[in-house]
Amino acid sequence: MAERVLMKGNEAIAEAAIRAGCRHYFGYPITPQTEIAAYMAKKMPKIGGVFLQAESEIASINMVYGAAATGTRVMTSSSSPGISLKSEGLSYIAGSDVPALVVNVQRGGPGLGGIQPSQSDYFQATKGGGHGDYRMIVLAPASVQEMASLTIKGFNLADKYLMTSMILADGTIGQMMEPISFEDAEIENYEKPWALTGTEGKRKHNIVNSLYLKPDELEKKNFERYERYKIVEENEPMWEEYMMEDAEICVVAFGIASRVAKNAIVAARAEGIKVGLIRPITLWPFPVKPLKAAADQVKSFISVELNMGQMIEDVRLATECKRPVTLCNRSGGMIPSPEQVLDAIRNAQKGE
Amino acid sequence: MAVVFEKPKALTDTPLHYCPGCPHGIIHRLVAQAIDDLGIEGKTIGVAPVGCAVMAYDYFACDMIEAAHGRAPATATGIKRCKPDNIVFTYQGDGDLASIGMAETVHAAARNENITIIFVNNAIYGMTGGQMAPTSLPGQVTQTSPYGRDVNHCGWPIKVCEMLSTLEGPEYIARVAVNNVKNVNQARKAIKKAFENQINGKGFSLVEVVSACPTNWGMTPQKALEWVESDMLPYYPIGVYKDRSAEKEAAK
Amino acid sequence: MKTTQILIAGFGGQGVLFAGKFLAYKGLVQNKQVSWLPSYGPEMRGGTANCSVILSDMPVGSPIITTPDVLVAMNLPSLQKFVDAVAPGGKIIIDSTLIDAKVERTDVEVFYIPATQMAKDAGFVTLANMILTGKVLKEITDVTYEGNKETLEAFIPAKKANLIEVNCQALQLGYDY
Repeated sequence: MAERVLMKGNEAIAEAAIRAGCRHYFGYPITPQTEIAAYMAKKMPKIGGVFLQAESEIASINMVYGAAATGTRVMTSSSSPGISLKSEGLSYIAGSDVPALVVNVQRGGPGLGGIQPSQSDYFQATKGGGHGDYRMIVLAPASVQEMASLTIKGFNLADKYLMTSMILADGTIGQMMEPISFEDAEIENYEKPWALTGTEGKRKHNIVNSLYLKPDELEKKNFERYERYKIVEENEPMWEEYMMEDAEICVVAFGIASRVAKNAIVAARAEGIKVGLIRPITLWPFPVKPLKAAADQVKSFISVELNMGQMIEDVRLATECKRPVTLCNRSGGMIPSPEQVLDAIRNAQKGE
Repeated sequence: MAVVFEKPKALTDTPLHYCPGCPHGIIHRLVAQAIDDLGIEGKTIGVAPVGCAVMAYDYFACDMIEAAHGRAPATATGIKRCKPDNIVFTYQGDGDLASIGMAETVHAAARNENITIIFVNNAIYGMTGGQMAPTSLPGQVTQTSPYGRDVNHCGWPIKVCEMLSTLEGPEYIARVAVNNVKNVNQARKAIKKAFENQINGKGFSLVEVVSACPTNWGMTPQKALEWVESDMLPYYPIGVYKDRSAEKEAAK
Repeated sequence: MKTTQILIAGFGGQGVLFAGKFLAYKGLVQNKQVSWLPSYGPEMRGGTANCSVILSDMPVGSPIITTPDVLVAMNLPSLQKFVDAVAPGGKIIIDSTLIDAKVERTDVEVFYIPATQMAKDAGFVTLANMILTGKVLKEITDVTYEGNKETLEAFIPAKKANLIEVNCQALQLGYDY
């Protein structure tokens, strides 16, 4: 095994991106993700890469758009208010079918909100913060190790499906240090015949574009895109099951919330309560299959979230409302304690 | 019979959608001629704006991308930083470049981003049907300044070349016009120079082309060109506002 | 199977995060599961700062500490904020140069160490944090005391290598107190 080092989650993303072959980073400072930019600023010039601090989040995402259109692995990172500004660009990138990696280390909102950890951009990430019919692959790391592995995975998926992969992290995972070991990144290479590289007089010009003034053409494009999305939904859902074998109650949580939930589950098991966890690792595509199966096994679900209840809607959809789903949450930068989750589990056990 | 005029190779055969009498066709040709003259079509990547020239990606034969409104300099930056050996240009109108995209414009200039910007100033929003632009003249009647642009209410026009030339960053800032043959010939030279600067690694070059919008100005094409001469050019004088290399040369 | 949760709290600039980082690295080099989580805020200097370090034989669940086994308090507001959170049977290590107050709880073990004064006397005024950390090493059994130099070398940049020796001295002062 590779050597274990201690690293902040944000730094792990940056290092993993470099190992995944990313040599172009465009960003704008915002707490709590600035370590990514700082890491890139230090490393990129030494390895022949480009770090550029843009004048705004809007400019940075459009630099990403231009870079992605050349077929180059490229990324940006930000936190919640910054992602709102990038949303227009995310829509263009989706509408032009170019691959990119975007990191959101979430903080509390709405508005300027706060800077403490949050998961309140779940809707924005999974339902589309920008306009139009589109999806992004949304990856939710729960550890520093996953910050790295999902970044590498995100680049590969983006190239494979010509989509944006979003790393939806939160301030806790971004700021914390944990041991991490970097295995050799598996870089998947895909042909990019659509890329803007100059015609060299050898081919017809490539056009990267999201404008289709004829509605039937635009519809056709959207249908084609959703055919591709369907393949992603079939092939790419990722999740973790924890103590689910004999579970009668299923906690659903992602990211930092899933780690709090695990503490609570261990405590509940000690009290004899049969409870387990399904942790979505991809938030889109949402892991419908295991949740649907769990609905035939458990008597109820608890959605643990750092927001006012966003993923809970997808839990209800996935389980087709066969079992009650309750919300256990904090918001605004607060994090549920294991005790709060344990209480929710006890209440579920009592059938409340 | 000798051929005295040909469509530049850097333009496709797609018919232009512009209104009759619109100078966009001339400006497209000047850009394409520069690309032809310099033999760079095979490595050029163009960035189309949002505005009347939104479909420029169909007209230029080089690789093209359609940018979000105002973001062309940022998109071009992303391209150029990935493909420094390619030639990257944007083609933008006044609303795109000087209103919604002002930050992108100023900062690309400040970074001396090695790109070429063709800025078409016709003092109005064309594609949306004739609203006031950041470059609409004081008193100019538009759909959203129906009583004439009142500078006390909605501010003064922005003189892009004058403003950008105060920055240390950019290499070349020039204003030209396409309202008569003499000016068109001068414009051709300036546009070619803006591409040459990029080829020579000199950096950010912007050519503002004072143009006309007969349709939304409510004038005949002929009258519109006269209005350029009588009203636009006194406010937006033709000239080279910054040429770092020439200044260095002169200082020697 | 054992997990120890250590919360270090004080003002920004007192080396709270550094002390936590040292303990986390200590765990890392001794093959423990560890997590290190800083508080983060708009203050760069002088505001309150704390960090949570977990050392464990098992994978760390939540990195957020609600009931610390060990609290290191480097100023009064931090002691007041966290004193009641400490787990019964837990330990509280206090910089008594900066904190006059006494802990009233009887179900915890409290150590009053004039760390700031000791650091001044020893000629490394900024290392009260490491004196207190030396005491932490004395009081926990998750990691051995030996190997501090190697641990410090693991994360102190080479150009600051001259600081390793004084850090070791500070740790020793706390450990022996």
